[in-house]
Amino acid sequence: MTDSLLPTPNSINQSKLSDMEKSEKMENKLDTKGREEPKTGRLVDAKQRRKKMHQAKALNNNIHAWRNDHSIVNRRNPGVFKQMSQACRDRLVQTPTVIMMVGLPARGKTYMARKLARYLHWIGIKTKVFNVGDYRRDAVKVYTGNEFFNPDNTEAVAIRNLCAQNALEDMCNYLQNQGEVAIFDATNTTRERRRTIYNYCTEVCCFRVFFVESICNSPEVIQANIREVKLKSPDYKNVSEEEAVEDFLLRIELYVKQYEPIDDKITEKHYSFIKIYNCGERFLVHKIRGTIQSRVVYFLMNMHVLQRTIYLTRHGESEMNVQQRIGGDSPLSPAGITYTEALAQYIANENIKDLIVWTSARQQAICTAAKINAPTEPLKALNGINPGMFEGLTYREVAERYPEEFAARDRSKYYYRYPGGESYHDLVARLEPVIMELERAENLLVICHQAVARCILAYFLDKDPEHLPYIKVPLHTVIKLTPMAYGCMMESIPLSVEAVNTHRSKPKNCDPHRPVAEALNEFLEVRSETKTGPTTIQIIYQNAGTAIETTDAYGNRIQRRDSIIGDVSPNNSFPLSYDSII
Amino acid sequence: MMLNEGFISSSSSLVDRPVTFEKVPIPSKACRDRLVRTPTVIAMAGLPARGKTYISRKLARYLHWIGIKTKVFNVGEYRRAVKIHADKNFFDPDNAEAVAVLNQCAQKALEDACTFLSEGGEVAIFDATNITYERRQAIYAYCTQTYCFRVFFVESICDSSEIIEANIKEVKLKSPDYQDVTQEEAVADFLLRIEQYEKRYESIDDKNDEKQFSFIKIFNCGERFLVHKIGGHIQSRVVYFLMNIHVTPRTIYLTRHGESELNVQQRIGGDSPLSLNGRMYADALAEYVANENIPDLIVWTSQMQRTIQTAAKINAPKEQWKALNEINAGICEGLTYLEIAHRYPEEFAARDQTKYHYRYPGGESYQDLVARLEPVIMELERAENVLVVCHQAVARCILAYFLNKDAVDLPYTKVPLHTVIKLTPMAYGCLMECIPLGTEAVNTHRERPKNCRSDRTISEALNDFLEDHVGPNKIRTKSEIVYDSAGTKIETIDIDGNPVSDYCREPNDQNYI
Repeated sequence: MTDSLLPTPNSINQSKLSDMEKSEKMENKLDTKGREEPKTGRLVDAKQRRKKMHQAKALNNNIHAWRNDHSIVNRRNPGVFKQMSQACRDRLVQTPTVIMMVGLPARGKTYMARKLARYLHWIGIKTKVFNVGDYRRDAVKVYTGNEFFNPDNTEAVAIRNLCAQNALEDMCNYLQNQGEVAIFDATNTTRERRRTIYNYCTEVCCFRVFFVESICNSPEVIQANIREVKLKSPDYKNVSEEEAVEDFLLRIELYVKQYEPIDDKITEKHYSFIKIYNCGERFLVHKIRGTIQSRVVYFLMNMHVLQRTIYLTRHGESEMNVQQRIGGDSPLSPAGITYTEALAQYIANENIKDLIVWTSARQQAICTAAKINAPTEPLKALNGINPGMFEGLTYREVAERYPEEFAARDRSKYYYRYPGGESYHDLVARLEPVIMELERAENLLVICHQAVARCILAYFLDKDPEHLPYIKVPLHTVIKLTPMAYGCMMESIPLSVEAVNTHRSKPKNCDPHRPVAEALNEFLEVRSETKTGPTTIQIIYQNAGTAIETTDAYGNRIQRRDSIIGDVSPNNSFPLSYDSII
Repeated sequence: MMLNEGFISSSSSLVDRPVTFEKVPIPSKACRDRLVRTPTVIAMAGLPARGKTYISRKLARYLHWIGIKTKVFNVGEYRRAVKIHADKNFFDPDNAEAVAVLNQCAQKALEDACTFLSEGGEVAIFDATNITYERRQAIYAYCTQTYCFRVFFVESICDSSEIIEANIKEVKLKSPDYQDVTQEEAVADFLLRIEQYEKRYESIDDKNDEKQFSFIKIFNCGERFLVHKIGGHIQSRVVYFLMNIHVTPRTIYLTRHGESELNVQQRIGGDSPLSLNGRMYADALAEYVANENIPDLIVWTSQMQRTIQTAAKINAPKEQWKALNEINAGICEGLTYLEIAHRYPEEFAARDQTKYHYRYPGGESYQDLVARLEPVIMELERAENVLVVCHQAVARCILAYFLNKDAVDLPYTKVPLHTVIKLTPMAYGCLMECIPLGTEAVNTHRERPKNCRSDRTISEALNDFLEDHVGPNKIRTKSEIVYDSAGTKIETIDIDGNPVSDYCREPNDQNYI
């Protein structure tokens, strides 16, 4: 969302240059679209004429042409930033941001960094995590124990500094090219280190720096964190649990020696930072700058680490589902009514503590929740996607009557806005408060609609816009999400009530003149949902992307085609073979 | 906020049918805390002259703009209703009679706030000093136990004497309490009043007694924040906003692009270059900005060429925002109002019926625009001197934020072409000057027609729009906008000091919007 809304810096003009000529040159360099004022000269004349013709054509044929013109992209020109004064850069909106984690090991820095990256990615901001630990593991293949982290071990210190330096360079490279936010995930425990990085980022690269310090004094939280996360780290592959915990505690000790928390009173009071105490009980926020930073704070404040489970299901089969019509607010079909009972039974058996049920404000969702014995809140924000003028039509009718619209939707389903209705992109914006509340909530059952469920799942599965609208969320299936450290366990449990199929995969042919049968893409042939057993999916948020593995009830890995992921490649940035590593 | 309004039916066949669901039994306390839509009481805390009223009114205006029903309950106003002139002795904690009156006023205000919330309000801001632990405990107990609302404390702590003095001079001296008193006397009296409060002041104790409360402490007007146990997404939205406001004096200049070629043809949308008049305006604007001599000015434009061209001659750093682009008129892009009235009479009528919520087929509504502009408003709050070159619908949404307009009036706010709107935020208000710059331009403002049925005639639908082709004679006006607890008061005068009614709903009413 926000990504497209922020201004593009390639057009930033330079004011501080006293020399007019220089500034004109500057403008030309910056203006990628050639939108400067008319100039004299033959070459320019020809250019003008071409421009005029182009405009006339655009006006006559397609007034929307300019909207599809993607020549304005967020291409950064570091030179522009460099020539500005620091004060001037600070006042610009689009200066890239470095989010720097600070804190002792096992304080949840990596957890926060990855979660934050996923959230920013979901709302459309280009974000990447740079974990220095990964660089270190890459440089030193075999972990030799905590001695490596001793500040007196000069050889190791040199290696660690080199790794940090490499990570820093990669990060600056990323931000100068296409990124908007980079998260630098390292301990950064000394003032000296923070000052070096801060100076490098602000003076050499001209970025904004925001520190996120996690302070935690509760030994239980730290112990839990070590057991849950650190023991699974490649560092402790062949070590017994006790040994590993002991080694890690010693490693923390080595850091404690040098640890200097951010000093908000004197030496570091010009930094922008947030201090998080005990995993979100309290926050200290200091000199915040820019939308992205306040957005980050907004998100961090809603995060918690309590154990909980989120159940997600679509409403029971409605009468409009049976007729294969889209949209609507219709009562449940007989199968749908059976599902409400099965769902209530399932929830009762699960025996969930303090469950809250959220439904949309549509009757099929409210009816689905009716038999569940738990407090229910209808939220309008969970209503299904508004199909505008296609409300109540079948796919076949849409394909026959509006072939162009139907094809346009297939070409870019995420951004396509139904005439008079909404797009998936709109939906994500509308669901942002829901995601915030979802982060805050404890045990929860969400009863919603296909498109909404896809957007919510995309947040947990870290899907990009291209794949989001094709996530499979069958009717009469409960999806149980259990957030874990660095990941999420997703079980999908079909309750044995039959339902129609409502998933239509992306057709091969997206041409507006394709025959109706091709446009429908076998949608009508699959009348009812194919029965599948329960599956379990493990999702792990890694720095390089998100890894997903699906297993059936017996723990066997199964083909993706049958899984909830739908028929697109499941990973955003992983090669297929990467799956097996988990 | 958005949780409850994402789904607005447009012109499509979708009609909201009554929803049938059973009433859920009143949930237990613990469970209420976990519900999303529990209303919130925001209780201010802090000594006098710490900007509590400033924060609460600004917050109310922001929440109102994003669509949350919010109201401010100021105990000072309740007290003034009882006892108009109160000197420092009135605030002496040993003055039993006065204490009783003050407590009664506070209780009344709190009860009104809770009544407002139980009748459909979403956020009530309880603006009082609330400086003692006992008082806060009483508010917390009353709101959570009697009414089951959430309570969020906002404490403003300020130890810089300059800020306090500035605040006293700017705000308190204009208060009705000091109507007939000289300035020095008033300042002295007020400082003594603060002292009376200081005797009893207990800052929110985050370690022991009050650590179960949700609160934010604001140090020195936003230099630092301490946020504790935030509950619910409205609270985090409030924190998000509070972190972006500042009190440095600055000026915001708002203007539309110069007249474009499509403006001349009376067509909407598109991405056309400036007309001849428009180019003259670009020159006039650059000259005006140069004369104003604004330190550290930043220019924001949209990504459409008419705003980029308008700003081209200004000597200041420029940024392009996609968020500032004009409303997407979907299928109506590039048409004139006459053509729309001919081709899509039903759409045209539907738009007139609820212009704010109406979404152009394949395009956007004003409501979409407000959602899209939220980051701009945040950045506008953060920014110092800034010139925003944007478009009619966008300018309306931004102005609505400053004028505190509601959804009905927002799409009819007048923002003529070739006019610079200069906004100077002040304490509890804003000074707005409209400065027309020389060059002529067409009229682009169409009043709401009387007849909004889809079977009206075309001339009825156009509502005289075609008749006044050239924009009306523009005059330089000055408006004073005051955000009161009761609403927003706007007084507009022209250069000779005569009242003008441009930005008010009715020409002759009390100017309350």
